[in-house]
Order: sequence, then C-alpha cells, then structure tokens
Amino acid sequence: MQHESVIRDPLLLGKKTYHQITEDVARPVEGKANKYWWLMLALAVVAWSWGIGCMAYTVGRGIGTWGINRTIDWGWDITNFVWWIGIGHAGTLISAVLCLFRQRWRLTINRSAEAMTIFAVMCAAIFPVLHMGRPWLAYFVFPLPNQFGSLWVNFNSPLLWDVFAISTYFSVSVVFWYLGLIPDFAMIRDRAKMAGRKISYEIYRILSFGWSGRAKDWQRFEEVSLVLAGICTPLVFSVHSIVSSDFATGVVRGWHSTVYPPYFVAGAIFSGMAMVLTLVIVGRKVLGLEEYITIQHIDTMNKVMLTMGSVVGVAYFAEFFFAWYSGNPDESFIYLSWNNAIGPYAWAFWALIICNNLLPQILWSKRIRRNLYITFIMSIVINIGMWFERFDIIVTDLYRDYIPSDWTYYSPSWVEVGIFVGTIGMFFTFFLCFARVFPFIAQAELKTTLKATGDLFHNPRKIKAKTGNTDGAPVQPQTAH
Amino acid sequence: MSHTYVHALYDDDDRLKDGAKKVRSLGFSIKEVFSPFPVHGIDKIMGLNRTRISICCFIYGCTGFSLAFWMISYMSVYDWPIDIGGKPNFTPYHNLPSWIPILFESTVLCSAHGMAITFLLRSWLIPGVTPKNPDPRTTDDHFLMVMPAYTDADINTITSAAKATGAVEIKTVHA
Repeated sequence: MQHESVIRDPLLLGKKTYHQITEDVARPVEGKANKYWWLMLALAVVAWSWGIGCMAYTVGRGIGTWGINRTIDWGWDITNFVWWIGIGHAGTLISAVLCLFRQRWRLTINRSAEAMTIFAVMCAAIFPVLHMGRPWLAYFVFPLPNQFGSLWVNFNSPLLWDVFAISTYFSVSVVFWYLGLIPDFAMIRDRAKMAGRKISYEIYRILSFGWSGRAKDWQRFEEVSLVLAGICTPLVFSVHSIVSSDFATGVVRGWHSTVYPPYFVAGAIFSGMAMVLTLVIVGRKVLGLEEYITIQHIDTMNKVMLTMGSVVGVAYFAEFFFAWYSGNPDESFIYLSWNNAIGPYAWAFWALIICNNLLPQILWSKRIRRNLYITFIMSIVINIGMWFERFDIIVTDLYRDYIPSDWTYYSPSWVEVGIFVGTIGMFFTFFLCFARVFPFIAQAELKTTLKATGDLFHNPRKIKAKTGNTDGAPVQPQTAH
Repeated sequence: MSHTYVHALYDDDDRLKDGAKKVRSLGFSIKEVFSPFPVHGIDKIMGLNRTRISICCFIYGCTGFSLAFWMISYMSVYDWPIDIGGKPNFTPYHNLPSWIPILFESTVLCSAHGMAITFLLRSWLIPGVTPKNPDPRTTDDHFLMVMPAYTDADINTITSAAKATGAVEIKTVHA
C-alpha cells in the first residue's frame, strides 16, 4: 500500500469506503436528471442548432458570408480552431502528464477533463473544414494523389502536419479515455444486474466489453495505461507545437517567431485548465461530488493555471521586447507592440493583457485560490483572454500588411459568430450527456488511492485520536451496505 | 473431468493479499482473482508472468515509423517530387527535418492503437461479450479468489485458510 505524507490534506473527504465511492459515482448515472440539467441541455441544443444553420449557410453560399477579406483571411474561424484545440490540452495533461508524475489529485478530474479534450477537438475540427470553402473535398487533406492522378499532398507543409497531429491526437485520446471507462461501465452493469434493470444491464454490458476484473486483465490494463500516458505526453506537446508551426513557419511578421511552440503549449494548458475549472466547479455541485473534487483540487488546479499564465506572461514580454529592440519597422506592428496597443485594435490588445496577465495575478493569494466564486469567474476571464490571444495573433498580425494599401479592418459577420456559438452549444450538449450517461469520476482508479489519501485512512495521528488505535496504522475499511 | 473450485470472497484488498499468500504458502494454486480495481502485488503472489504488452507497443511503433517513412519517401521523392519555392524533394535525407512531425505522429498512432487492440483481443474484451465474474459485487467493493481443489482435504484446508484471513463468504463450486 502506498502512503501519502501526513502533512498533506486528504484528497477524499467524508470517510469514504469502496462501496460509498461506487454509490456516489453511480448516483448521477442511475438517477433522474433535474430540471436545471434539462434547461442547460435545451440552451445548448438551441445554440448548437443555430450553429448548424450558420454552417449550412456557409457551405451553401461560400465563405464570402464571413467578414474576412483579402488582407485578413484567417479571422474568427482559425481563432476558434486554435482556441478549441488549446482547451483540449489540459485533459491530456491531467490524464497523461500528471499520471507520469504520480499526482493523485488528478484521479477525480481526469475523466471529465479527457471528455472535455475529445469534445473540444471535435469542435476544433469543424473550423478548418469549413474554411476550406468546399468541405465535401475535405478528404483531399489525406495522402491521396490529387484528382486521383499523380500529385500528392505536400509533406513539408505544417498544414499537413496538423492533419496528422490532430487526427492522431483525437483518436489516441478517445482510446485512452474509453479504456479507462471500461471497468467503470462494468461497475454500472453489475449494479444494474443486481437491481434487475434489464435494459440498462444490456446497454452497459455492450459498453463494458465484457470486463470482469481478472487479475491478468488489471495487470495489462495498468501497463497499457502507463505506456499510453508515456506516449500521450510527447503527443500533447507535439500537437500544439505543430499548430503553432502553422504560424511560425510563415513569413508574416509577428508569426515568424521561434518562441511559438513552447509559448503555444503553455497557453493551451493555461486555457485548458481554465475550462476544466469552469466545468468541474459546476459539475461537482450539480452531481454532488464536493467530497471528491475538493477545495484542495481547485487550489491545485489554480496553481497550475497560475504557473502556465506566468510562462505565457514571460512569452508576451519577450515578444513585446524583441519587437521593440529589433528596431525593425515591420516588427513594430506585431500583435504585441506599441502600435497595436494604441491602434484600432487596442481594445483587443488590452483585453488580452488584462484577462491573461493582470487579473490572474490575484491567484497568488491562497484565499482567492480557494474561493469557488472568484475561481469560477477567473476561469471564464482566462478563457476569454486566451481567445483574444489567438484573435490578436491572427487578426492584428495581418491587418497591417507589408503593403500599406492592404491595411484594413476586420469584423466578424453574424454567420461567423453563429458558428462559434454553435460549437459552444455542441460542446456543452456532449458534455451534459456525458455527465449523465458516463461515470463522471474514474472510480476504479480512485479506489486504488483510497487508503493513501482518503479521510478515513489518511492521517494515522487523526485516526489514533479518533479511534484509540494505538499502533498508529491506518484502520481497515468498514464496509457500509 | 469436472473440477471443484473454492470461491473465497473478501471485502478488503489487504486481507485478500493475506489470503492469497496463505493459500500459496500451503502449496495451492490460485486460478483467478476478480477485483474492482488493480490490487498491486496480487499478480506476483498468484505467480502471474509480467505482461509483454509494452514490447508489442514498441514493435507497433517501429512499424508505424517505417510505414510512414516509406509512404512519405514514395510520395514525395520517388513518385512525384513537388517543387515548391525552389525547394524540390530530391532525397529523403534533405527533407528529413520537415518529415519529423508526421513520422512522430504515425509512430504514436500505430503504437497506441496497436497496443490497445492487442490488449482488448488478448483479454477478449469485445462489445457484447458476457462478463465472467461469478459475483457482481466484484466490480463494487468485493474481491473474489478462485482456487482449484482436488480432494475434500484440499477444500477443507483452503476454506480454513480463507476463513483465517478474513474471507466474508466461502463457496465450493463444481464446474
């Protein structure tokens, strides 16, 4: 058995036993949804429907329905693509990178964070496909000879790297997520069997792939999880590095920057962690999981967010400093420059600085990191800030072109706004359904750490004081039926 | 030939491991253990071999890398070299740096999916398969140890060992 240092707070509150964990995780899946869930779902579906309408209009009429022009040909569309891809990164960070670092606090949030990753990547993929203008020819991005003749795709292009990176990232994330779900589906299945719920049993029997929890299966399961975590770690860093290469290998000033790959990865984790916080702060309350996703978890995620925000802040400073220090007149018009700070897009520049650099500084205070209301508002502020970062990189690096006659301004059309709102609706529709049908917490994995971090077992001195157990050893669990 | 098995049900993983050690020390084998979560160390007590699935993963990764290298070389260099910006694809060697992202992604793609498929097939986890755990509580909070017994004396010895180590239910099953 692994022990946790006694000076750490327990990660599982409320004297949980193995059976209690099962009950708490199964409750949202087996119970009925309340009216707030239905209301949220209705709103999400309406937003998604509006988005589908705007997408259909775009496909029917062409991307001339958008506000983009010859100078700014990547507007909201690619901004939203990079924003969604970035949000996905926190899920893989929590499930893979923190797995390698043996961070136990990830266990109650990894399932929902991985779901968020998958849904975010699905939303992201919509944008480049629509931007093609002829989405029915989207299969041309795969290695096929053009027009089925002789000319192949260009393997030296970062746009093609993106195709491989994002499709690999999506499919590997789905596999990682689903393999972890199998034992939890089996738990729901067996509960349905004991309760005599036949339809539920049949559904979860298929979803659980016949999992029975044999020792050899667990041995393989653990090995596969560890190796997948090891594989996903470089994968997650590669994906956003490659997305940043879409910009960094271009000749547009402001984009042509070697700092982009690490800076994009840090930004992605920053925004992704903010989205995880937005989702779990609501999720823990609605699903009654406050004893699993504790204030300690929120505090830790805030610390990760603060660290990543600081890395991003240093990158902003470096960009700003070198744009000025180079003395290059072109560089003085990049997204982080004096010209942009006082130009027509000053509002976007300051939105970025305030949301991403200034306001997150309040997270240095432990009291604020542990305040759910402020954390929730900060998570939304950071997501807005990170959206502005991508908007600034794309739009304010393009609007002052090398030729002054090309200088122009860009505002999105209602169609572009509609598509973005539609993807947010799609994301929340999927996430709300996930929270009702799938076990929200990876209960099988969590049970392995119950004796190390559970309130009942965690601190031998506390146990001694409460139970009079003189040897100071963790007590045996009491099964509660 | 029919077999007799003793099913010992525990409600704690540490007691399960105590029971498994005791049964093994008495010279009996453990056919199977069903548990709601991975019980660390039980595989060694049972005498299970280490899984070789990570070796499979390495082989799949090498395959993915080789296939991607062959594919890119064939398409970009041998079949139809694209000359973009005066930078033609004459040799794989000259283009290798810009191929690294796709070579890496293909390696990851093949290793991850290959390993997952191997795991599912080796453990026979297929949609629609009927689960084999004899007691549904083993996915909740109970741990079931299955031990073969050949004589009545074996059954008695195993049963008393299981009882002594805290088994909450003990059954004899003829299969």
